[in-house]
Amino acid sequence: METQAIIDKLREKFAAEIVGSDLETFDPWVEITPGSVPQVAQFLRDDPQLRFDLLHCVTGVDYFEPDEKKAAKVDWEPHVEVIYHLSSMAQRHRLVLKVTLPRWKDDTPGQLPEVPTVSHLWNTANWHEREVFDLSGVRFVGHPDPRRMLCPEDWVGHPLRKDYEMPTEYHGIRAR
Amino acid sequence: MSLERLDPEMVEFDVRTDEMLINMGPQHPSTHGVLRLLLRTDGEVVTDVTPHIGYLHRCAEKIGENVTARQWIPYTDRMDYLAAMNMNLGWSLVVEKLLGREVTERTRHVRVLVSELNRIANHLVAVAAYGLDLGNFTPYAWTFREREKILDLFEEVCGARLTCSYIVPGGITGDFPAGWLDRCETFLQEFEPIIDQFHSLLTNSAIFIRRTGGIGVLSPEMAIDYGCTGPVLRGSGVKWDVRRDGDPWYTRMYEDYEFEVIAEIDGKYPQDQEYPPVPEAVVLGDSWHRYYVRMLEVVQSMRLIRQAMEFYRQTDPQWSDPIKVTEKLPKGQVYLETEAPKGQMGFMVIGDGTAKPWRARARSSSFCNLSVVAELCRGGLIADVPAVVGSLDLVLGEIDR
Repeated sequence: METQAIIDKLREKFAAEIVGSDLETFDPWVEITPGSVPQVAQFLRDDPQLRFDLLHCVTGVDYFEPDEKKAAKVDWEPHVEVIYHLSSMAQRHRLVLKVTLPRWKDDTPGQLPEVPTVSHLWNTANWHEREVFDLSGVRFVGHPDPRRMLCPEDWVGHPLRKDYEMPTEYHGIRAR
Repeated sequence: MSLERLDPEMVEFDVRTDEMLINMGPQHPSTHGVLRLLLRTDGEVVTDVTPHIGYLHRCAEKIGENVTARQWIPYTDRMDYLAAMNMNLGWSLVVEKLLGREVTERTRHVRVLVSELNRIANHLVAVAAYGLDLGNFTPYAWTFREREKILDLFEEVCGARLTCSYIVPGGITGDFPAGWLDRCETFLQEFEPIIDQFHSLLTNSAIFIRRTGGIGVLSPEMAIDYGCTGPVLRGSGVKWDVRRDGDPWYTRMYEDYEFEVIAEIDGKYPQDQEYPPVPEAVVLGDSWHRYYVRMLEVVQSMRLIRQAMEFYRQTDPQWSDPIKVTEKLPKGQVYLETEAPKGQMGFMVIGDGTAKPWRARARSSSFCNLSVVAELCRGGLIADVPAVVGSLDLVLGEIDR
């Protein structure tokens, strides 16, 4: 299916949940509201015409410019983006699903933003969501095993946040 | 009937063994890297496996945000250090797609040649390490002898044996030295008859079949559900290879090339060559099939290399210039997957107008392939755990990044 047709089909069912889309870019994407992720994902996976059976990757991107001079020039508000790359082996089409979250829940630094998990739909998401939680600091609500993936369990902070500061010391090991 | 009246021998039947947690790793004596598996066992039977990874974590993605696109190439070498060319290729293609830069015909054929050569080297290590995991040392010595010749060829091309950094965004770092193609041809001629020896060592060895046949059976649905790709997916009988089915930006690199995608369809593997028969004791999707797919892919890679050498000779010596180290990336977000030897290796780059990517992302194929290990080991014996893990062909440098 053409990407336009996929997005039309989504709009038919989830008109209120679609925030934006871009078909002209390299990988056409559609942005949805965080709360609707499980419903939209389930529809994408189970609809016989869409059949998105393969979740390639879940990525967290932090949009925040710590440098004040540069921050004045950017054209976006600080936020965190979670990107899902999907494709269908059966129907041979692809789609990028995006979700925009605040950097901190309720604007309280340290409180991680939340998005519902999709690990019950694709098992790929299980480890990828753990990785995004670990490195980008996004909490996946309903995840069956919400531990860190790559960093040690007692690690502080989320390294792929732009304002992350490397600790000077970890268990007596000099880190910087 | 009360217990007292039972024959004491029968009561023994009811005695349960305690659950035991067994730690496997983190130091693995073989070539896979540093993986720790926590096994929950009931006697000899594994009831659950929890992999603990991250021992080689360097946060390469964070490094990618602090260096320019060209400078990140050496870091991709160190992810999957057994297939550096393919990793370089993945990152180069995604950056080129963002820049909208195409390479010349000759550069394209050189890329096919070296990445297929590296695929052979990788599959040789996979087979070697697998034999070693199962206590068979000979294939290790034999395959490493052949792999050494490939590494010698790489050394001549780019000066490095493992960390090649040869394919860079925009092109390649240099032409082949004089006489290199002939030496490559000599290698192929020497290597071709040796494949049969490998087959006689493992493929049709009764011990090997007993150790791998029916062990760790992965259904196609489960493979897709867990995002397994590459030989692991094709070993389950799914004919899917992004060299054919992937993004056009990647597939057109293989335009005009002829090769078979190795997977068992309707009980048959492609029969373009003389391959050893599939034994009766194996089941589609088991460890043996994953091994067999790799062995057959080696032959396909040799076909591709021969074609690439032919195309190389036919094309004009026009080269694409690699991008400058400080080349600015346009605004945009690109994700591209390539068929690395271990599976679909995805790279994502987000450009923000400066030379450094705003975000560099690596989607590791081994990462997804490892995530299915608990499903494969559950219900099997402890001794089968290495047989399953080895068949997935993991490199922890790529998993941990």
